Amino acid sequence: MFISSQNSEPSFKGFTLVMPAVAVGNVGQLAVDLIVSTLNMSRVGHIHTDCLIPMAGNNPYATCKEDAEELHTPAEVYTAAELKLAVLQIRAPIVQTKSKKFRQLLVSWIKASGFSRTVVLSSSHAYQRDDQQLQGTPLRYLVTPSLLKVSADALKELGWREMERVSAFPGLTDANTEPRLYIPGGGITKGLYTDSCTEDLSLAVLLLFCSEGDNIPDAFTLVNHLNDWLQLLDNHSPEPNKWKIPPSWNLLFGSGIPPALF
Amino acid sequence: MATFFGEVLSVYSRAVEEEEEDVDEENEEDEEIRRELEQKREVVLHWSPEVSEALRSGNKLQCSDFILAVGHNAASFLSAYVLSSANWDAVGHASVWNERSRAVTGQHSEESACVFHRRKDNPSVLICQVTCYLAEDQLFQWTEKVFECLQHRELNVMVLSDGSVADYKTADYLCSSSAPFLRSLHTGAFSDRPVCQPLEQPNIITGLPAAVLNHCQVHRVAAVVYQCYSDVIGPDSVTMETYKLALTRLGRSIQLDPF
Repeated sequence: MFISSQNSEPSFKGFTLVMPAVAVGNVGQLAVDLIVSTLNMSRVGHIHTDCLIPMAGNNPYATCKEDAEELHTPAEVYTAAELKLAVLQIRAPIVQTKSKKFRQLLVSWIKASGFSRTVVLSSSHAYQRDDQQLQGTPLRYLVTPSLLKVSADALKELGWREMERVSAFPGLTDANTEPRLYIPGGGITKGLYTDSCTEDLSLAVLLLFCSEGDNIPDAFTLVNHLNDWLQLLDNHSPEPNKWKIPPSWNLLFGSGIPPALF
Repeated sequence: MATFFGEVLSVYSRAVEEEEEDVDEENEEDEEIRRELEQKREVVLHWSPEVSEALRSGNKLQCSDFILAVGHNAASFLSAYVLSSANWDAVGHASVWNERSRAVTGQHSEESACVFHRRKDNPSVLICQVTCYLAEDQLFQWTEKVFECLQHRELNVMVLSDGSVADYKTADYLCSSSAPFLRSLHTGAFSDRPVCQPLEQPNIITGLPAAVLNHCQVHRVAAVVYQCYSDVIGPDSVTMETYKLALTRLGRSIQLDPF
């Protein structure tokens, strides 16, 4: 459940919530790291639950020695009040048997907090794309009926591609199998989306087809894509790389190389 | 995914396991098996009659200091430097079963894997040594169940934890002479000074020390973890001695006999 880290309960009414799904390449989580780091968001609370594997570390967004020793937990909420933006960062895998429980926890927290809309950043295995999906942009979106009512025009203007329904058994032309939503490697993305449709939540999913590897470029692609819609950054700066990489991204692929190796 | 040799391999993701189809389609028998398995994996605390009596009707133990040792070296350090004086009573143990538990050959092995000791002349000091493996779904449960028994006001928690230097990431390659060493992590409520450097980015801790820190951070309890990074996997006296630094703080709060 949500526990405030400050002395009062924060208000999320009317805020936009951006959250990642723990999915292939951790792209959603990396993208959220960029948002929190660049917008210098402040932490307002933790989601304390038995559904995530425990981990702890010092401040991943530290800018100076003074704030470096702040403890951080697997699921935390940050806000940028001036943008009416809240961000949930999830840093640990979901315990395998608790996936459904975690989705329910999220849905009820989103409902109770009064977010005006939720955006889930996610990814899906690139190798599982069918012939149709192999062409064009690797970015896709999904939107629940409640959010579609409000954002249909904005989405149309952006020219985004909706996630296709695919046949359950590719290659078989059996008329009985209807095309269905399939997000392999997306973790709880599909479940969260269908739950949100049922619960009438305003929720959008932004996902990227990718593979495991160095997913930093994928994170940039996804966060820029999100920015096209939500306009989180000031667009007047001409530099392409306006996002700030947090110090926790150091040594993503291990320690320095021992000189004796050569 | 297809390889250049024409085979099709399944791709492994570091982030997600392949999702099972929705559990709703389980039949009654599967549900029964799942429930039984869950029950078997439950963490159960066994307290001495005295402590059980004190905990009756939702009361909590008065506790000013809770010291937890996770791992063989941390546990052995406490046994050698703290518990060796005759001032401690064994007051309980936790039974934890998971897939890594070997078949229990007698009560002894089950009881020694997670033991609680309390100081005789100052019963508000509690020590726990954990040498068994706790699965990822048991960590939160263990933490909640133990802390449920302790009153949180003015509680100080210290965790000594074994780690491997192979898990420690640093830009300058560590030559083996620098291990073993300590790094610290503490909650916002911890106002003392740690005895060693803080754990640098991008390092994190996992397992029981992390579960305890999460609980303490969220419930505003003062807690510190001293993670010892060693290049020796098994019990090792040099590694154990590294925890001596923490004794300076321990000594103050639990009135250790000087030696």
